[in-house]
Amino acid sequence: MDGVARTRLSLGPLQFHWPKEDMQRLYRDIADSPVDIVYLGETVCSKRREFRHQDWIDTAERLATEGKNVVLSTFSLVEAQSELGYIRRLCENGEFLIEANDMSAVQMLAGKVPFVGGPTLNILNQRTLQKLVDLGLQRWVVPVEMSRTMLAEIRADISAPIEYELLTWGRLPLAYSARCYTARAHNISKDECANCCIDYPDGLALQTRDDENFLVINGIQTMSARTSCLLSELHDDAGIVDILRISPQPGGTDLIIAHMDALRRGEIDSDTAAKYLEVYAPSGLCDGYWRGEAGMTNVR
Amino acid sequence: MNSAQSHFGRPSSISSAARLTRGDLWKVCIAKPFKSLENSRLRLNTGLKMELVCPAGNLQSLKAAVDAGANSVYIGFRDETNARHFPGLNFNDRQIAEGMDYAHARGVRVFIAINTYPQPGNLKKWQNAVDTAANIGADALILADIGVMDYAAETWPNLNLHLSVQSSATSQDAIDFYAQQFGIKRAVLPRVLSVRQVAAIAQKSPVPIETFGFGSLCVMVEGRCYLSSYVTGQGPNMYGACSPAKFVRWSETSDSTETRLNDILIDRIADDEKAGYPTICKGRYCVNGDVGYAIEEPTSLNTLPILADLVEIGVAAIKIEGRQRSPAYVGRVTAVFREAIDKCLAEPGAYRPEQKWLATLASLSEGSQTTLGAYSRCWQ
Repeated sequence: MDGVARTRLSLGPLQFHWPKEDMQRLYRDIADSPVDIVYLGETVCSKRREFRHQDWIDTAERLATEGKNVVLSTFSLVEAQSELGYIRRLCENGEFLIEANDMSAVQMLAGKVPFVGGPTLNILNQRTLQKLVDLGLQRWVVPVEMSRTMLAEIRADISAPIEYELLTWGRLPLAYSARCYTARAHNISKDECANCCIDYPDGLALQTRDDENFLVINGIQTMSARTSCLLSELHDDAGIVDILRISPQPGGTDLIIAHMDALRRGEIDSDTAAKYLEVYAPSGLCDGYWRGEAGMTNVR
Repeated sequence: MNSAQSHFGRPSSISSAARLTRGDLWKVCIAKPFKSLENSRLRLNTGLKMELVCPAGNLQSLKAAVDAGANSVYIGFRDETNARHFPGLNFNDRQIAEGMDYAHARGVRVFIAINTYPQPGNLKKWQNAVDTAANIGADALILADIGVMDYAAETWPNLNLHLSVQSSATSQDAIDFYAQQFGIKRAVLPRVLSVRQVAAIAQKSPVPIETFGFGSLCVMVEGRCYLSSYVTGQGPNMYGACSPAKFVRWSETSDSTETRLNDILIDRIADDEKAGYPTICKGRYCVNGDVGYAIEEPTSLNTLPILADLVEIGVAAIKIEGRQRSPAYVGRVTAVFREAIDKCLAEPGAYRPEQKWLATLASLSEGSQTTLGAYSRCWQ
């Protein structure tokens, strides 16, 4: 149980485009939640500017004062020179830890300040991880394709005391593109998008022609329709993951956190928690990647 | 309205690309020229060229590419160490030796792609691939994984390393990382950048830039697309194939053919429609009540309309996709690009894509359509 007690909870970067007041509410509420670490910043699309740079910094400072460990996350896909400039500004903030979500950010941080390796860096083996640890990686958010067996093998070979973080609840980000698919669904191009993704706080559903909820469109990002749920990691596998990440969603984020907190305290078991939380996964649950199978499958 | 015919309204960039003249594209994609034509002539006079890099999935394709005018050919071993791990494709040791002799005798370089990601427990297999490639005299290795690059740079310090498109490096800073850490000599850019963005990177990159010129179009940033593994458990990164054939199922209904990937319905094709391979990103789905190609139509990338621009902004090499294609396909695409590049380099200001080239390429394209993809902002 020591391992369970040590396990920390994090709130991952908001993947969706929400109105400013909804973002303010999310980060106001999180201050009182049992979450230990909060990742802030826009990671999907640089055209989403409900929060400006100063809003992110103000929020970071407030949450830090309120006892949260704050990390600033960078874009997952960098295309424009202006985006590079913004990442550089984040990396040089001098106060908060950075989650590097592409190799541009890694290059700006490597050998200078410790950093978090985000889930979109392709770290899939020990030698790659060791190289980045040598350059300052101190926490690793494992890629969505990672299985438990793979992580256990990698972890066993890395002697440096880095932390391992896993997306435990949330839709899986599966792909990034130059094209905005939300804009495409509106028959407009990305340059004309008028931030139409703000109308889809939980993404835009993409169904197969036999009506299966398959994917979710979120601007330039494509996500799984199913919610990845690895709650059993809290209970059954203490020791392999240090930090469990929850991805913010429009409804139930507070309850999901509360259940995961109860779970880590041993007050409920993972089956009970998953059953209760299933209502917050409108297209069902999945856990396939973690078991080394097709990501969309679910053992339950 | 027949929902199967709905195409998400907006005319595809395919037809708009065909209608646009080079002057229009210049206006659309590049607000101001980055180097003058005078400069590119100077570069020509110094013998600088746009290198044509062509695919070969077997010995016949390699010979076809060499004979049709490729400057370099890229190949892979017959296993999951490369991103075209398809049954019956790729080279064994004897074929590589023969292919290498054939290419080198004609002044053509051979690159070996070892561009997937090893996992714990099998890194040795990728390291062996690097050793084999180095021992047989590959002119360059195309690598994606940091661990593999670390091994190659340490073990074979004189080997030419190229950064694979699978590394998802989309900025000069990302390329700087690999140049500083592993001494890469070239970077292949993912197909997510506009011409203006490619130009900015080409100007600032510490190493020459290679971009895709023609072939099947990945619309997601390469190396970061998990759609195939989400559905099948096998994807480009770790297995070396997208939508592997063993998960594909075709079934006939009364008026259509359904294509499924591990039971997920990718498309329903009417009897009078042409069926494409069921890649997830080229399927038809329902979004907001409309059925259509929500991600991308079956189409191929074609950069002939902007070839002079790519020369102009300093792209060093053009890559043709298609190691999974036939020798005839490889030969015909290579021949078209050879002629186009030669004409373009001889007189960049007068360059226009010729109708016969476009017709040949369209006939070889997915869905008989081509697009400029992300190079054109209208596509995005």
